[in-house]
Amino acid sequence: MIPAGFEYHRPTDVASAIEILKTHGDEARVVAGGHSLIPMMKLRMADLAHLIDLQDIEGLKGIEIGAETVSIGAMVTQHELITHAGLSEALPIIREAALQIADPQVRYLGTVGGNVANGDPGNDMPGLMQCLDATYVIEGAEGSRTVSARDFYQSAYFTAREDDEILTRIEIPRLPAGTGYAYEKQKRKIGDYATAACGALVTMQGGTCTAASVAMTNLSDTPVWSEEAGAALVGTSCGPDAVAAAVAASLAAINPTQDNRGPVEFKRHVAGVIIRRAIEGAVARA
Amino acid sequence: MKDAVDTPETRSAGLKGMGCARKRVEDVRFTQGKGNYVDDIQLDGMLFGDFVRSPYAHARVISINAEAALALPGVVAVLTAADLAPLGLHWMPTLAGDKQMVLADGKVLFQGQEVAYVIAEDRYIAADAVELVEVEYEELPVVVDPFKALEPDAPILREDIAGNMEGAHGPRRHDNHIFTWEQGDKDATEAVLAEADVVAEEMIYYHRTHPCPLETCGCVASMDKVTGKLTLWGTFQAPHAVRTVAALISGIAEHNIRVISPDIGGGFGNKVGVYPGYVCSIVGSIVTGKPVKWIEDRMENLMSTAFARDYWMRGKIAATKEGKITGLWCHTTADHGGFDACADPTKFPAGFMNICTGSYDIPVAYLAVDGVYTNKAPGGVAYRCSFRVTEAAYFIERMIEVLAIKLNMDAAELRRINFIRADQFPYQSALGWEYDSGDYHTAWDKALKAVDYAGLRAEQAQRIEDFKAGKTRKLMGIGLTHFTEIVGAGPVKNCDILGLGMFDSCEIRIHPTGSAIARLGTISQGQGHATTFAQIIASEIGIPADDITLEEGDTDTAPYGLGTYGSRSTPVAGAATAMAARKIRAKAQMIAAYLLEVHDDDVEFDIDRFVVKGAPERFKTMKEIAFAAYNQAIPGLEPGLEAVSYYDPPNMTYPFGAYICVADVDVDTGEVGIRSFYALDDCGTRINPMIIEGQVHGGLTEALAIALGQEIAYDDMGNVKTGTLMDFFLPTAWETPNYTTDHTVTPSPHHPIGAKGVGESPNVGGVPAFSNAVHDAFRPFGLTQSHMPHDHWRVWQTANKLGLHG
Ligand SMILES: Cc1cc2nc3c(=O)[nH]c(=O)nc-3n(C[C@H](O)[C@H](O)[C@H](O)COP(=O)(O)OP(=O)(O)OC[C@H]3O[C@@H](n4cnc5c(N)ncnc54)[C@H](O)[C@@H]3O)c2cc1C
Repeated sequence: MIPAGFEYHRPTDVASAIEILKTHGDEARVVAGGHSLIPMMKLRMADLAHLIDLQDIEGLKGIEIGAETVSIGAMVTQHELITHAGLSEALPIIREAALQIADPQVRYLGTVGGNVANGDPGNDMPGLMQCLDATYVIEGAEGSRTVSARDFYQSAYFTAREDDEILTRIEIPRLPAGTGYAYEKQKRKIGDYATAACGALVTMQGGTCTAASVAMTNLSDTPVWSEEAGAALVGTSCGPDAVAAAVAASLAAINPTQDNRGPVEFKRHVAGVIIRRAIEGAVARA
Repeated sequence: MKDAVDTPETRSAGLKGMGCARKRVEDVRFTQGKGNYVDDIQLDGMLFGDFVRSPYAHARVISINAEAALALPGVVAVLTAADLAPLGLHWMPTLAGDKQMVLADGKVLFQGQEVAYVIAEDRYIAADAVELVEVEYEELPVVVDPFKALEPDAPILREDIAGNMEGAHGPRRHDNHIFTWEQGDKDATEAVLAEADVVAEEMIYYHRTHPCPLETCGCVASMDKVTGKLTLWGTFQAPHAVRTVAALISGIAEHNIRVISPDIGGGFGNKVGVYPGYVCSIVGSIVTGKPVKWIEDRMENLMSTAFARDYWMRGKIAATKEGKITGLWCHTTADHGGFDACADPTKFPAGFMNICTGSYDIPVAYLAVDGVYTNKAPGGVAYRCSFRVTEAAYFIERMIEVLAIKLNMDAAELRRINFIRADQFPYQSALGWEYDSGDYHTAWDKALKAVDYAGLRAEQAQRIEDFKAGKTRKLMGIGLTHFTEIVGAGPVKNCDILGLGMFDSCEIRIHPTGSAIARLGTISQGQGHATTFAQIIASEIGIPADDITLEEGDTDTAPYGLGTYGSRSTPVAGAATAMAARKIRAKAQMIAAYLLEVHDDDVEFDIDRFVVKGAPERFKTMKEIAFAAYNQAIPGLEPGLEAVSYYDPPNMTYPFGAYICVADVDVDTGEVGIRSFYALDDCGTRINPMIIEGQVHGGLTEALAIALGQEIAYDDMGNVKTGTLMDFFLPTAWETPNYTTDHTVTPSPHHPIGAKGVGESPNVGGVPAFSNAVHDAFRPFGLTQSHMPHDHWRVWQTANKLGLHG
């Protein structure tokens, strides 16, 4: 469990980091909290000659709560997501989800940027960001561009980010009044990735659902946001039939695979339970 | 003067002797990060070893090319079987009478097997060099199923002994067969089964798991070429046995080998065996003339060191209509992996599996165990019970439940009517043991009352109604267990390991000022020996436990002993401690009599002193006596005050307990929530109640892990599927329920202080209690048996098969 040797770089601005990435091509990788990358290096599944540590780049830090948008720097740790009072008030679902990631030790170091950029279908933040309709700000040598979280994930570990680009911030629209939320996750133990997880947001006005968003984690090789699930709820009072329709729509969108957590039929069954709990939880809080 | 005015209670309390919840003296250094583990050892010029391991479970090794590795700056040597062969060290004996490859000799038999040993200037270079060793393999058909291993056309795994049909434990009937071990009366048992009112039959599988101690295995070998002395520090649960084995296999004279077990971060049996890493490090140090350190990483520990269990136990239990058990039959297929590397006493190739009649008065029984080779890691030694008592307890406690289902009886009542009665002890079991003592009915009734058993059953009945009415998706299970252990191996007449009798030892020296040092043949790995053994001495000779240093683990200073595993330290070394202390007390009595100018018989021991009978104001304290031992010329007595005892126990001890677990089982998610767990332990005399409680909590948490998810799983290709802590379940505080502990005290009649050992009881009794709770939840819906681990998907699958998903 000892990684191969590598050069360690510690730039203080994004442009220098991108410069180093450009110079070394696929020999180089940025490291944020290291809690996905370093295990891979220790297992020698990732062999990198250059590691670019992002922790001294001030521009990647901080949480800003704007009137319309919440902006989270890529290097914000999962621990900060839990303890930031303004964020917990503006988007409480982030705290609820972050608390279900791994354990405190991982969360002290693991960052939100690393979590969403990594492309691991087991990570919880990508599904959450799809649920929240977040936008990723990505910088490269040619400047900066934005990609919707819902368009970012292509397959396991493959994303819309180019190798020499850095994800700098995550922009999340604030939610209308009357929005309930829930993040539900089943795992085998503390420190485990999800057997099935689901984030749900439901906006109710005068007893009727006006907006809804449902996204799932670790049930396909990418996070899955189900437009149909939301549509099944909008315009209804979110009674049992509507919830059942939303669950069915969600289940139609996933494609789980067998692993040590269990066979496909089991995962589908659990997903049905978890998705229903998430939607019902969000409705109850709306 | 103070000595004269203190009350007996104050004097007694000041000793912190037996029965005192004395704080662990070890914890000061452990909680401050000041422990001294093997990886803390730093020696000048020390080199590091690391293994090239097989990615395949069964393959021929065609060639090994170490050129590129040797070319890497900082690499000192690369050892292969070819280098060890001239020394005769490419194979080594196992503690079970088999032999095991140190480095792959022509083929590999399990994934993770040691193929080459790289020695480098630091561990980073060693790890890089491991990657550079090129090994060419030719894959062979893999056998992971022990039943398939015994099929006529199964591939032969152990070509080294192919065709040799006489094994270490009798005849072999197949090239992949290791031994058959039979106990009890086969014909009589089968006759009972044929005529019984009721026979319940079931296959009970206890899956393969691993103890996963926090500290992995490792060693530092240092051969001093000037003195010819080899010093070996390591994570050894049996340092003296390691010294003897090292002498036997290396040819180095035993007096030139010093084995030291420093602090050990948990063993649980994982650190009893001798591993290739030790042999390669010793050879490495001899070859390079420098100390060589080898420390496993977590994956290596899980993949290649001693696993636990992997027993397929087919059982038949016969009873009358009323539920009186009339006979028990068991056939076990034991998966030992590629080599039989168990550490059972020689005459017991399946350990003490013949304790499988449990707590019950079963007139006739038969047990047969077939050991089998497969393409899995070797071992079978480990996990808070080396001697298969866990398997036996799980087997009988499941069979009782299976019988209760068949009889449509309450499982608590079925146990009660079959318990061995208190007046039957010492009790001769049908499979050959003499249970020393017990009072099962008292313990059982106390346990049932404590948990309000009738109330729980009523609640469960209501829950079933609610479930059927669609009001809940959670079932409730009540897991019962009454286990009987057999520990303290053991009488030298029938227990030895590699010919070494399983006695143990203690040497005590009292210093002139009345403090003392005691050294034992055992070695603590977390059990708190330095705390509890000092308490035994304190009570036996009346000097405060705080004034006694306890030392273990250095073979140059400690008396010979067989080490710590199988809950044997208290039953055997604890007895030796009491006996050595009594020798000292006997001499102290003579010294006191001399000082008091009375006859030896006219003084008697009183807490911390000898007093003249009938004249309590005339006494000599142990402190005074100790000083006198060093400054008086006492006629007929040698100066000094010390003693040593080698204790050969007359019998095993038989701790027992009653455990009751209440669980809520979610039929949709498969999650099992432990609502409560009550554990009553009877370990005889209780030396330190706080340490007992700690041992019980730890063992129950291991039991929880085993029952609910912890396993070493292999795919059909022999790949380990659970080789990291992501997939191998190690519970954290979050998963750990609250435990309620309780006790009864039935002292062992043959042990000097009546103590029986407790370290393994919670693992032995805990697993069936957790497992039975899960089974019990599904019993009303027709479940008889579902194999552990009861992780989410398997529990879900059980519910699914029973049609509970609508
Ligand atoms: C035991 C354990 C359990 C875990 N359980 C969970 C869990 O339940 N749920 C969960 O969501 N996560 C879990 N994780 C993962 C954890 O949350 C990681 O911290 C996270 O996935 C990655 O964040 P990081 O900052 O550590 O990224 P790193 O490991 O440093 O990087 C991960 C990848 O992202 C890239 N990257 C990082 N930052 C950027 C950036 N700004 N721009 C571009 N690329 C970047 C890196 O190059 C690398 O390829 C677990 C981790 C461990 C060790």
